[in-house]
Amino acid sequence: MTKDRIDRRFAALKAEGRAAFVAYVMAGDPDAATALEIVKGLPAAGADIIELGFPFSDPMAEGPTIQRASQRALAKKMTLNGTLDIVRAFREGDQDTPIILMGYLNPLVNRGFETFAKQANEAGVDGLIVVDCPPEEADPLSDALEAEGLSLIRLASPTTDDKRLPAVIRRTSGFVYYVSVAGVTGVKEADADAVAPAVERIRKASGLPVAVGFGIRTAERAAEVARVADAAVVGSALVDEIESAARLNENVTEKVLLKASELAKAVRSARVGTK
Amino acid sequence: MNAPSKPNDWSAYPDAKGRFGDYGGLYVAETLMPLVLELDRAYTEAKNDPSFQKELKGYLTHYVGRPSPLYFAERLSKHLGGAKIYFKREELNHTGAHKINNCMGQILLAQRMGKTRIIAETGAGQHGVASATVTARFGLPCVVYMGAVDVARQKPNVFRMNLLGAEVRPVTSGAATLKDAMNEAMRDWVTNVHDTYYMIGTAAGPHPYPAMVRDFQAVIGTETREQIQEAEGRLPDAVVACVGGGSNAIGMFHPFLADESVKIYGVEASGHGLETDKHAASLTGGRPGVLHGNKTYLLQDEDGQIQDAHSISAGLDYPGIGPEHSFLHDIGRAQYLTCTDDEALKAFQLCAELEGIIPALESAHALAKLPQLAKEIGEGGVIVLCLSGRGDKDIFTVADALGRSI
Repeated sequence: MTKDRIDRRFAALKAEGRAAFVAYVMAGDPDAATALEIVKGLPAAGADIIELGFPFSDPMAEGPTIQRASQRALAKKMTLNGTLDIVRAFREGDQDTPIILMGYLNPLVNRGFETFAKQANEAGVDGLIVVDCPPEEADPLSDALEAEGLSLIRLASPTTDDKRLPAVIRRTSGFVYYVSVAGVTGVKEADADAVAPAVERIRKASGLPVAVGFGIRTAERAAEVARVADAAVVGSALVDEIESAARLNENVTEKVLLKASELAKAVRSARVGTK
Repeated sequence: MNAPSKPNDWSAYPDAKGRFGDYGGLYVAETLMPLVLELDRAYTEAKNDPSFQKELKGYLTHYVGRPSPLYFAERLSKHLGGAKIYFKREELNHTGAHKINNCMGQILLAQRMGKTRIIAETGAGQHGVASATVTARFGLPCVVYMGAVDVARQKPNVFRMNLLGAEVRPVTSGAATLKDAMNEAMRDWVTNVHDTYYMIGTAAGPHPYPAMVRDFQAVIGTETREQIQEAEGRLPDAVVACVGGGSNAIGMFHPFLADESVKIYGVEASGHGLETDKHAASLTGGRPGVLHGNKTYLLQDEDGQIQDAHSISAGLDYPGIGPEHSFLHDIGRAQYLTCTDDEALKAFQLCAELEGIIPALESAHALAKLPQLAKEIGEGGVIVLCLSGRGDKDIFTVADALGRSI
């Protein structure tokens, strides 16, 4: 059932003629209860798709912001089970918003792919992004996820040339995630002019919507990307809000949802047809 | 684990997917994939190019100082009262450890690939010093990532790297030791993928690194085979080496894998003891998982989070191990023993007093198992130990552990 949720969402957005706003937050940041509250609030704040990070001790492709979020979550004893609990609780009130889990391979290897896929499906997860699992190593995980109707969302990057693209999009579904900068999360800024042709190339080759992430921190940049891509993903900028609100003892949920709605507004007002 | 049967042909590993049985592979971010595949092609080409091998051999002879001697440790042998013990003297290499063997190979490859900037990670600093040395020699800029804890406990090596013109970047994330330095190096690599070559210091990481580092370090075992046959007229009964990531060990072991008569022993660091949470014995105390680009044995908790390793030796303080060792462990071709901080310290002192050689704390872990192994192999037997590095860098750590001030 679950992959359908992603397809339905993109079909609806296409009908509306706009790009999706994808919001990333980390499970367990700043704690499990607040993270659930944030996730529950995201659709109303304008998030079309939610990416929920599950923490890993050694997040090699993340910049300092997401690294610290991972450490905060682990310090609060967040686990893979805890992450699935958040999804399960979210699904009680929302059957429409796709949730994609995002993280690293080792916690999944540790669980066993089949067991994990079953549990993720039962909890209401729709897809998975695994940063350190390139297509060359993905078949065992793809097998397990496909058996449960979940998507393994593939990553493409500025280093993915035409020769490599077929390998990247093989066995992919849902959408393709374009990492818009060569680098870690939240550091470099995406260049919308450079992003446009890459998005077009991947869209054409895969026949799937293309989400762009990794370099979008501001409403302006989100709007720019939303003009050329099928979805704009914002992570570090939201996680920064969580971190600073927690540090200043402000209402974390309120602050991050405010930021999310500002970004969502920018994406919606970009008003781009997605072909 | 299931124990697969031993292969008949060791040269079949790694396979085309970079696997040693279940282990190895290439688990990196998509941004790095084209580069890692290009590296594999470039390395395969270089390996089969006689001019590359000739150039490498020239530098190993005239710059590194190879072949390193094989030395009969007569007083230690007598003291232990068992098998004859030989040291393969990697500590006599330029820069004081085996690390330079690999760096020399990789710098020539990086140049061949047209890379203009080198990054490296380091634990004890020996790989950092070797990287800084070859980058100085070939005129390339070098950034070395080093855990802040290691920066503090390996000051002489930090200073040496600086003297050689390398920039040492202390890493404060995580436990601020080797694994965190490796994470940071990978972040740099993914950010500067167009011009940067990542010089990995051990036989771990994504394919082709485990195979490539093994090949560059195999000069240790290859020389040992010739030298011991000259000295004793036969192969040794056992070879032994310390294992952190495991590059000196795999370099010693690999040329002996097909010799059934040669027993192979690796020694992992068990820190405060395997029963505590302060050790670095990935094979003995860990289980398979994926980290730093490869599938291998890892220290991890029940949720798959990587645990911090501990060893008095900064070079062994790593929660993973090269994938070929995981394979050798599973199939039983090599046996992996463990050694505590205290045992290593005692062996460190014993070697200094009996042989006039101050070994690296890393090598002291292997030395510590000699009483047991010398007895097992027995009189008339021959053991070769890879003395992987010298201990100058460790004198502050050792003095501290002994409650003395320098």
